[in-house]
Amino acid sequence: MRFLLEPGFFASAPVRTAVIIGALAAVISAVVGVFTVVRGQSFAGHALTDVATAGGSGAFFTGISPLVGFVGGGVLGAGAMDLIGVERLRSRDVATGIVLSVATGFAALFLFLDTSKSATTGATQQILFGSIFTVNSSIVPYVVAMSVLTLIVLGVIYRPLLLSSLSSELASARGIGIRRVGLLFMLALAIAVGVSAIAIGSVLSTALLIGPAATSLRLTKNLRSAIGVACAMGVATTWLGILLAYDSYYWIPSSQGLPVSFFIVALILLAYLASGVPAVRRFAARTGPDHRLSHLASRVVGTRRSRAAN
Amino acid sequence: MFTGFMANAWLVGTIVAVVAGVVGFFVVLRGAAFPAHAIPNGAFAGAAGANLMGLSPLLGLGVFSLGAALGIGALGRRGRSDAVTALALVTMLALGAAFLSQSTEYEPQIFSLLFGEILGVSTSQIIPVAVLGLVSVLAIGLLYRRLMLTSLAPEIAAARGIRPQVVELMFLVVLACSTTMTVPVVGAFLIFTLMIGPPAAARCFSDRPGTALGGSVVIALLTLWAAIACSYQTNWPVGFYVGVFSASWYGVGRAYLAWGHAREAKAPSLPTEKLTAAPASPR
Repeated sequence: MRFLLEPGFFASAPVRTAVIIGALAAVISAVVGVFTVVRGQSFAGHALTDVATAGGSGAFFTGISPLVGFVGGGVLGAGAMDLIGVERLRSRDVATGIVLSVATGFAALFLFLDTSKSATTGATQQILFGSIFTVNSSIVPYVVAMSVLTLIVLGVIYRPLLLSSLSSELASARGIGIRRVGLLFMLALAIAVGVSAIAIGSVLSTALLIGPAATSLRLTKNLRSAIGVACAMGVATTWLGILLAYDSYYWIPSSQGLPVSFFIVALILLAYLASGVPAVRRFAARTGPDHRLSHLASRVVGTRRSRAAN
Repeated sequence: MFTGFMANAWLVGTIVAVVAGVVGFFVVLRGAAFPAHAIPNGAFAGAAGANLMGLSPLLGLGVFSLGAALGIGALGRRGRSDAVTALALVTMLALGAAFLSQSTEYEPQIFSLLFGEILGVSTSQIIPVAVLGLVSVLAIGLLYRRLMLTSLAPEIAAARGIRPQVVELMFLVVLACSTTMTVPVVGAFLIFTLMIGPPAAARCFSDRPGTALGGSVVIALLTLWAAIACSYQTNWPVGFYVGVFSASWYGVGRAYLAWGHAREAKAPSLPTEKLTAAPASPR
């Protein structure tokens, strides 16, 4: 027991902040992530983290609030991707790549200027890999506010987003502005990614965005339960990762400890690989509700139609 | 500007730009931008790990980039390939974070692995870069027809008995090979930038595959040469200039395309879209 739970785990203030921030980031990433995976926009999701990183390093250099830098950078990047052409599936890849190129260029410049300004701060490592234990508890209210904002946006566009994600032809036939819904989703994605990048580092934010969502989509066949499972899985891996990382300070004689991101990503990868094992999938199919994802589109259309008939 | 250590920078820069122009053309054609970003970035973790164990960084880079390519290729067949790519990337980056936490690396060294240090290339680094670059370009030459067919005309490729998964896996291995050689020299981010902007711009200028491929190499060379010159003058990182210049090239390409469309609208002619790629389907 002592091996699992080192003394002083819950008494430590950084751990408490880490537990709160980690859970928030995991939930918001999981909800946005399910749509990101269904829409095949994992690359854009990851690229926005790097774009947010450029914004964060710029903020670090100019001395403005890093939160403004991270979220502002992400929103700008999302707008630029949309402008270049995310509407066509084929050019989406290139549009994302070009925005990512410019962003990494500026990240290189800002980080270079940061490090030449002061070589001791560890800006590169801090911004890229972050450390959930060093999060300043003063940003918690902002993270909560941004997360709620993202959830509200997603709630408002839930149905049109779902329909346009599953079948864009059907959506446009029903008069849904696919372009507008797509842009709103990109903005929600940018905010979610920016917030979680500042809280847990850009590596971890991609892991929490894609990992639980991809795993739960393999296990469940209903989008709602996929979102639920992804949230639970994200929070569980995050908390377990924090616990293991805290303990790891005592495992290795050098007392360096291993980073939280390492443990969380390892857990997420294990879960994803396990979800590919046939026995696990059969178990999930037996226990979970069995609604095929593709049927969901017809269900959405069906409810719309009955409402129109009324 | 062209003597001493700068001579090495120009030579290595030229090799890297040619390889990035050739390999990048197929990256853009096949819609493989995400693997092209993930493999070099993840390979950076291999260099960090090799550093920790006192091995050659080239070994760590090779193992990690090859592992990433094979992992993406194998897992991507079942399931969603972009989600698998993201997972492979974060796994390697998390390993990198673990390695870095255990080592006592100075910040500038991490920075140079990520963003490159082309102005500090030593003469001993040139040989491996040249050899691996040559191997990459030769491999692309051997795969040329199969890559073109599976990207542009999947039906014809299938009729000829070409297996798209095998071609995809081989392409990812070539990508890993060209990554291994370039990361220690130009950094993980820079190589991705060179593989996207110039080829995407070249495809705006020409519909013909051969011409676009040549144009991609020329634009990559111009971008990197201009970036080296500017970096030498201002002392700012090369990566910044490469990012901005290659995106500007793409902007010019799109403007040219828009101008062409406007002209075509005035004098309507038969559309000549030879290079309209079918969406890449690696699964």
